[in-house]
Amino acid sequence: MSISRRRFLSWMGAAGAGTAALARPGHSATTQHFEGYADAGAVLFDSVICIGCRRCEAACNQVNDLPAPERPFDDLTVLDERRRTHWDSYMVINKYYPNGKENPPVYGRMGCNHCLEPACASACFVRAFDKAPTAAVTYDETVCVGCRYCMVACPFEIPTYEYHKVISPRISKCTFCHPRLEKGLLPGCVEGCPTEALTFGTREDIIATAKERIRRHPDRYIDHVYGEKEMGGTSWLYLSGVPFSQVGKREDLGYIAAPKLTSGALAAVPIVVGLWPVLLTGIYAVSKRREKIAKEEKENAVAQAISAEKAEAEAKLTQEKEKAKKDKEAAVEKAVKKALEDAAKEAEEAGKKDSEEES
Amino acid sequence: MSHDAAHKPIMSPFVIVTGILLVIGLFITVMRFTGGLAATTNLSDYNPWGIWIGFDLLVGVALAAGGYVTSAAVYIFGMKRYHSAVRPALLTGFLGYALVVFALHYDVGQPWRLPYPFIMQSGTTSLLFEVGACVALYLTVLFIEFTPAPLEWLGFKKARNLVVKLTMVLTIFGVVLSTLHQSSLGALYLIAPSKLHPLWYSGYLPVFFFVSSVVAGLSMVIFEGSLSFRYFKDKMDEAHMRDKEDVAFGFAKAASFVLAGYFAIKVIGIAVDNNWAYLATGYGAWFLVELLGFVALPAFLYAVAVRDRSMTLVKYTAGWTVLGIVVNRLNVSLIAFNWHLPASERYFPHWMEIGISLFIVTIGVIAFRFIVTRMPVLYEHPDYEAH
Repeated sequence: MSISRRRFLSWMGAAGAGTAALARPGHSATTQHFEGYADAGAVLFDSVICIGCRRCEAACNQVNDLPAPERPFDDLTVLDERRRTHWDSYMVINKYYPNGKENPPVYGRMGCNHCLEPACASACFVRAFDKAPTAAVTYDETVCVGCRYCMVACPFEIPTYEYHKVISPRISKCTFCHPRLEKGLLPGCVEGCPTEALTFGTREDIIATAKERIRRHPDRYIDHVYGEKEMGGTSWLYLSGVPFSQVGKREDLGYIAAPKLTSGALAAVPIVVGLWPVLLTGIYAVSKRREKIAKEEKENAVAQAISAEKAEAEAKLTQEKEKAKKDKEAAVEKAVKKALEDAAKEAEEAGKKDSEEES
Repeated sequence: MSHDAAHKPIMSPFVIVTGILLVIGLFITVMRFTGGLAATTNLSDYNPWGIWIGFDLLVGVALAAGGYVTSAAVYIFGMKRYHSAVRPALLTGFLGYALVVFALHYDVGQPWRLPYPFIMQSGTTSLLFEVGACVALYLTVLFIEFTPAPLEWLGFKKARNLVVKLTMVLTIFGVVLSTLHQSSLGALYLIAPSKLHPLWYSGYLPVFFFVSSVVAGLSMVIFEGSLSFRYFKDKMDEAHMRDKEDVAFGFAKAASFVLAGYFAIKVIGIAVDNNWAYLATGYGAWFLVELLGFVALPAFLYAVAVRDRSMTLVKYTAGWTVLGIVVNRLNVSLIAFNWHLPASERYFPHWMEIGISLFIVTIGVIAFRFIVTRMPVLYEHPDYEAH
């Protein structure tokens, strides 16, 4: 049996969960901010250019071998419903009317944004997610337990689950076409886009491109590159001509990367493990000592009471003895006195008798 | 026992009700493991966690807190007069945790992989890893802590005496583990500030969960003690009968204080994030129901009950407080979670989800009944003095 280094390390981790937790730097204690891997890819989605043709969806479906949809990809009436990612669709295009139905619609994309510091990866208790150097947030279905905490954690509500599968349901989400990126190919959706609403490049270049478009056409774009800072930054970036909240993007997520939200609570773990036993043993010692002192005091009190009782009893005894002695003496005296008196009386009487006889 | 059984009708209401619930539960179990989660739950891509997490896990763990609270009070804080409450509390704790783990097998997609975080690779940045590790360890600790009862029942004196010697170490370990996972169940939601309503989301979530678990533990001991007295009176020895009121009033007093502290930190939570404005909304009204009705009110009622030495009020307040814990955990996990979504995307449990939750509670009641009618839990074994 061969043991991979990774597995060995994970065993070591399991052997000492506390120490394993310490092996990763506590984010709260540093000013570190992960800017992404150098030369990692990124995609710009420009909703001003997007025409809502759904070819990206079709390409995604094809390159990822996803099941064919009920209605074909060229059926654009699908867009009339608000859709979300599902186990059989890694990304969807939605149609919005931010300027009223009489004005042309605007299209928005919903799909994994491949965060620089992904909430799903931070939340996963088997490390099934990984931020790959290609920028893809990958998912390892061979370890996934199916707890779905990643779905709770993801602020973009992207991961989906194969609830219908009985034996081995998996999390399902956009892979950024990780295998294609490794081969130097473009992501399926980007390749499928006919209008350059999707642009692939390094993150630096993509942000520069986005800002350049805003600078050139300040009338067309809102001055914000969505994803540059949201949730600590993402590898998918968005441009829009209307406020992002009107094209299905939440603007209240903040700029803090998800792992930083839990680092404080995690940092408390070793402190609790280290301090609680000391404190509790201390309290135990105090209560034990209190008990001991109480017991000693009780014993002392009892002993004292006994000795006091004893002394009193002795005193009483001696008193009684003395009294008895006195009584005895008195009785003896009395008896002697009486005997003497009797004798005297007798003698007197005898004398009287004698004199009577003599006379 | 056999004499009693002969006179009891076989079809008592208890047998009928639990029997029906068990049959339904077994039916749903078959459905769950042949039809998958989709066939038995209303879970969706927006709502990955339903009542199997909100009730079975969050409420289950909170209500099983009596074990660590009672053993800490007696063995660490030296409150020996509550000794008779330790075994029933440990039993409830052990059954509670065992059932939590059992329930998880229904909820996760691939239950046979539940040990993976410990044997394959560990996601130590996950609060869920901490919860998993602590629950697994604590279940083991509770099992060992409770073993003196079955060992006395079976007559294994040496093993029993050995375990009793470990009491202190196990108690301290239990408190450490409980502090960690009770709080990290709340900390699970720290990663989702954009999904949980601001009145319930707070950086103090772990503290709220830990402090309220103490309240839950104290109240459950009282609540369950009164039920035991009603149904297993014949199993109680003199010490239990004599200490029963002492335990109830002592724990009620403690619960009153802890609830008062809990109320204070909840208010501080609102103040720190300046969430006062939300109190005027619909969610705010519901939050106030929880805060005033299920925290402030029981704190007051417990205090009155202790002052007036009213066992009745203590009992009802304990039940009310337990209900309050249920309300709080369901608020965080379901009611105030995903509050930003339109009603059509919100979650409401499937009847089969409720069926499984009832099934699991039923198993707990049956197991508790089986054990207290056989093992020295509500009485002390005549061969052993004060364990």
